[in-house]
Amino acid sequence: MTLDWKHYDSGGFFDELISSPGNARAPARRLASCLASLNDAEIESRRRMAEATIRQMGVTFTVYSEEGNIDRAWPFDIIPRTIAARQWRDVEAGLKQRLRALNRFIDDIYHDRRIIAAGIFPAEVLAQSKNLRPECQGVSPPFGVWANICGTDLVRDERGRFFVLEDNLRVPSGVAYMLENRAITKRVLPELFENEAILPVNDYPARLFDTLAALSPRKVRNPGIVVLTPGIYNSAYFEHAYLAQQMGVELVEGRDLVVDEDKVYMRTIAGLERVDVIYRRIDDLFLDPEVFQPDSVLGVPGLMRAWRAGQVAIANAPGAGVADDKVVYAYVPQMIEYYLGEKPLLPNVPTWLCSDPEQRAYVLAHLDELVVKPANESGGYGMLVGPHATKKERAEFAERIQADPRNYIAQPTLKLSVAPALVDGGRLEPRHLDLRPFVLQGEELYVTTGGLTRVAMRKGSLVVNSSQGGGSKDTWIVDTEAR
Amino acid sequence: MLSSVAERIYWAGRYLERTENTARLIRVYDSLLLDLPRGLNISWYNLIELNSAEDSFAERYRVQDERNVVKFLLSDEDNPISLQTSLKMVRENLRTTRDVFSPEVWELINELFYFGRDEVAQGQGRKLRYGFCEGIIRGCEQVNGQIAATTSRDAAWQFLELGRYIERADMTSRILDAGAVTLLESAELLGQVNLGQIVWGHVLGSLSAELAFRRRVRTRVSGPAVADFLLNDPHFPRTIRFCRERVADAIRILPRGKAVQAQLEVLAAVYYQVESIEDLGQPFRDYVNEVQIRIATLHRHIADTWFALG
Repeated sequence: MTLDWKHYDSGGFFDELISSPGNARAPARRLASCLASLNDAEIESRRRMAEATIRQMGVTFTVYSEEGNIDRAWPFDIIPRTIAARQWRDVEAGLKQRLRALNRFIDDIYHDRRIIAAGIFPAEVLAQSKNLRPECQGVSPPFGVWANICGTDLVRDERGRFFVLEDNLRVPSGVAYMLENRAITKRVLPELFENEAILPVNDYPARLFDTLAALSPRKVRNPGIVVLTPGIYNSAYFEHAYLAQQMGVELVEGRDLVVDEDKVYMRTIAGLERVDVIYRRIDDLFLDPEVFQPDSVLGVPGLMRAWRAGQVAIANAPGAGVADDKVVYAYVPQMIEYYLGEKPLLPNVPTWLCSDPEQRAYVLAHLDELVVKPANESGGYGMLVGPHATKKERAEFAERIQADPRNYIAQPTLKLSVAPALVDGGRLEPRHLDLRPFVLQGEELYVTTGGLTRVAMRKGSLVVNSSQGGGSKDTWIVDTEAR
Repeated sequence: MLSSVAERIYWAGRYLERTENTARLIRVYDSLLLDLPRGLNISWYNLIELNSAEDSFAERYRVQDERNVVKFLLSDEDNPISLQTSLKMVRENLRTTRDVFSPEVWELINELFYFGRDEVAQGQGRKLRYGFCEGIIRGCEQVNGQIAATTSRDAAWQFLELGRYIERADMTSRILDAGAVTLLESAELLGQVNLGQIVWGHVLGSLSAELAFRRRVRTRVSGPAVADFLLNDPHFPRTIRFCRERVADAIRILPRGKAVQAQLEVLAAVYYQVESIEDLGQPFRDYVNEVQIRIATLHRHIADTWFALG
């Protein structure tokens, strides 16, 4: 027995790998025939190899539970997801355009707020924003860029069109898993990399390093760059350590840093050493107990002073999260037109704002067909998937929306695309997935080749977050013209 | 290098060494007890005394037998010096310093950690115990080899060396003491069998030092010769002198090493020459005890100089 492509059924969704039963899309053709040539035992041995590799490489993520934090092996599906390089170039252009506009918006918000004066963005949205930081008003980070690292969540609909689902502008994670997924797949399916023009992904750490180095306030040959982590118990600690290692910079916790006369130093075995750029992976509110939460021990007292004085660069800049809000998201197409004078290349998912009475009425009347999300949550928490919810859950959610309408948006339940995943028994079944490319902006703009594909491993589920049973697979941008 | 990273690397070095030493001790005890005459009051419990773990052992176990001692030393996760705990600490410390060592080092550590955790039951019974200990020792050597082959000789390396050799010197001193006490306590049996040769032969064996000893000393195994060798030989990598000199090398290279230099000289100042069997009595034990105290003081100086945050 081999993998049975003819009887694999995508269930009416857009399938990333096949166009109709038994017919692979161009970038997936070699992959499909290679997989079809393997018998059950070989497939199983590849799957095991992936599992062993993950364990051996120590690729883990942390799950919080009542019994403490558990380090789980990274859930991984060995069958890659493929996208044609030509199509990817369009997506890439759209992502760059979007981040440029978002950064113009954040900079505008912390300066003159022209977009509000122009009547394009409503002041009320800002007034109730949880991520607006008045402490950042008037600060001008290098290149006018606040969000240097952005993780944009993309989904595809039943016709295969890409939509932007979310812009993650605070401390997006996942890029290390993207890199590790590739490392695992190279070990598991090496024969495909020999004959296939699969574009490499591994220049991300170098690009990230260049982006960070360009932010240094001191123009020195070797600026002091650090990755600031909340510590080993953070769910993304693996990634923090991974990126520090790949970039060859120090991984620090708050207690390793000290601010003296508005300059930041790290404590080393030789004494204090100057820090120029901080890639922070902790939230705004924990950055500096002098300014934000006074009882936080994760941050560094005086850090905000040093940043405001221009003595240290912080990426992403404090306050960048003001644009990471699902209500603000709804205005991104207008931002693109306003700031760049361009038409948006990547569409938003249609979004209803519950703050607007008319739209709210529509949402409440159609809860059974919509997905409702809180404006400021991440990780897939606190949302309602209407068609999958019970009547009671919907009623409870309606109350929450009415109590705090500004905090909720609704979107149609998308027919998210699927791709075949290897399930128990060595069979292929369709699973929903999304894609998180990472976009860098500093002196230059850069988009990862592909991104992190997250898969809802449970049958029929639309939730791809790893904290909630999601897995992932390698993402191949295949240059079909290079063959 | 960050102070906090230096501290973790130092501890990773210590715990890695401790893991290996624990496996070595158990392996050699297995063999020693088979060779000893009946009626001799030497038991597995000596390993608890050797590790100064009498109190924490008593908190958990009543019977001082082989089963409990081996369990305590191998698999007891509440015991801070068990092999399981040591391996876990190696992994935790290296996990937080993954940006210092090559990914291959981390992969080997993971393999070793899972081997130690999943196969530890093998170490309980006599039949598979030898193989388990071998597996652990080999795994530790693999990690050391991989580190040696892929780590820059910068500060990270020096702190690993500091941890390794301080732990090793401490263990060698404990093993010497255990040899001495065994013979002191069974003085009346001396002569019955060649007890001295058996015990000191195993002391060498626990440190994989038989071959080096023979080539260097060119005499039959005897208490004085072995003790003098393990204290003062400059070449074999597990003697007190060798460990002390590597610690000195590391301290010389590190910034601000001068602060620790004085304490190192204090350690070097005690010298004990073993010439005859009489030299292995109580004064020898006192000497070894003094060495241990000075090693502990040296550790404190290292911590104050490089790890203290503030």
